[in-house]
Amino acid sequence: MSPLLEVQGLDAYYGRVKALDGVTFSLAAGGITTILGANGAGKTTTLRAISRMVRTEGQIRFAGEPIETCSTEEVVRRGVAHAPEGRGTFAQLTVEENLRLGAWGRRDRAGLEQEFARVFGYFPALQVRRKQQAGTLSGGEQQMLAVARALMLRPRLLLMDEPSLGLAPLIVQEIFRILRAVNAETGVAILLVEQNAALALDLADHVFLMETGRVVMEGPSGLLRRDDSIRKAYLGY
Amino acid sequence: MWPPVSYHLMDIFIQQVVSGLATGSIYAALALALVMIYEATDVVNFAQGEMAMFATYICWAMLSAGVPYWGAFCGTLAIAFIGGLLIERIVIRPVENAPILTIVIITIGLLEIFNSLAGWIFSYVQKPFPSPFPKEPVRFGEIVIGSHELGQIGVTLAVLACIFVFFRFTPLGLAMRAAAQNPVSSRLVGIRVGWMLALGWGLAAMFGAVAGVMIAPIVFLEPNMMGGIQIYAFAAATLGGFTSPVGAVVGGLIVGVVENLVGTYVSFIGTELKLTVALAIIIIVLLVKPSGLFGRAVVRRV
Repeated sequence: MSPLLEVQGLDAYYGRVKALDGVTFSLAAGGITTILGANGAGKTTTLRAISRMVRTEGQIRFAGEPIETCSTEEVVRRGVAHAPEGRGTFAQLTVEENLRLGAWGRRDRAGLEQEFARVFGYFPALQVRRKQQAGTLSGGEQQMLAVARALMLRPRLLLMDEPSLGLAPLIVQEIFRILRAVNAETGVAILLVEQNAALALDLADHVFLMETGRVVMEGPSGLLRRDDSIRKAYLGY
Repeated sequence: MWPPVSYHLMDIFIQQVVSGLATGSIYAALALALVMIYEATDVVNFAQGEMAMFATYICWAMLSAGVPYWGAFCGTLAIAFIGGLLIERIVIRPVENAPILTIVIITIGLLEIFNSLAGWIFSYVQKPFPSPFPKEPVRFGEIVIGSHELGQIGVTLAVLACIFVFFRFTPLGLAMRAAAQNPVSSRLVGIRVGWMLALGWGLAAMFGAVAGVMIAPIVFLEPNMMGGIQIYAFAAATLGGFTSPVGAVVGGLIVGVVENLVGTYVSFIGTELKLTVALAIIIIVLLVKPSGLFGRAVVRRV
């Protein structure tokens, strides 16, 4: 089966600064892959390259189709949902309005109420706060809203950028549990950028490490979890 | 308890207030156009008044060709909408990432272009413009209020109600609000932010057209008719807070009422210095509370 996402020789630029150098990887449909690495390694830039938020050179194929010349909106309409760094919540709109906007990119927008039901099933806390202004939610709830909004698209690929950032450990565990459930039940592929390596390795099947814009190591997550020397060398624990 | 005041003085006061609300609703419509574009793009469209004036001329042209009033009114709104949309796509879009000053200068350029275009096509001679409302005033007991003034308030309220419903309850309105508040996140949910901006310009041009068509019967149609009104609209938007649509409307009504009351009751202001009142309001607001009554104070970390 051909991979859902293929990236080959990807360079990315912020102005004249080269942030990614020859990044190459692929992601199978329904799989969970995590990108690990220190700050500034290029993890977020990789996600932004896929969402077409940054200038790139090289090849990106999604579901077999090249997307390098697509706009962000087109990539979203093809089924790529991106929960960005910092949640990207529409703070002045209500929770319900945020979710409605999540479904904007869908070609078939009928049955919105069913989508709400599905998403509230995963995140009951959001249902309670349905009419509340999103900016007044706690950090954990805003992260849940970011994931829920992405799920409203019924995406084939979910890009998650540092969901654990600034959140209490219990909440982070809950969110990761829900991500696992969503992947199992809907088959959505997840590309996860994380600093919390332990949790990320627990969730993902596949991992690759980045350093200064390059992929330096790649493999099944089990390998990294079990092999002490590799883990100590690259992740420091 | 009211102090003992003769009914006659009270009547005059109420009439002045209603008159102020009527002109205030014109300022509110134009201020709303300014605020809409500012909220979405951080740009003050200095050409808003002239675009409104030009739309009014188009209405006049339709009326002269025999189109019935409300047909011409709706036709003008449609043409203004399309015109505003096209201006955003063709003139503003190429410079959307330029410094603010560049875009401001372009809007000032548009101001000059529309003004001269109107004078060239339609001449600078003042023309009368019809009002759709009856000439007989309406009586509430001892109080007499012009039908056109009531009509101005009514039409403005109707337009505002439609806009409120549009933004609050329709998917497109929601997408436009989102695009104005957070363009990056909007792109990430698949909203074409550029087109939302174009729609915003279209709607703003439509409000301007409403303002122009409603005020033309009173100030007569000529290329410079919106100059003073534009300044009042700026005062209204400044007073209300440039980031608040509610503020624009409230500000417009307040400016209209204050202008009228000050002009009537403060003898040295009279009618000649009424515009000065508007400018004074702008300066006072910017000195005392720059974010206006309803605006958000912006804190920028440098």
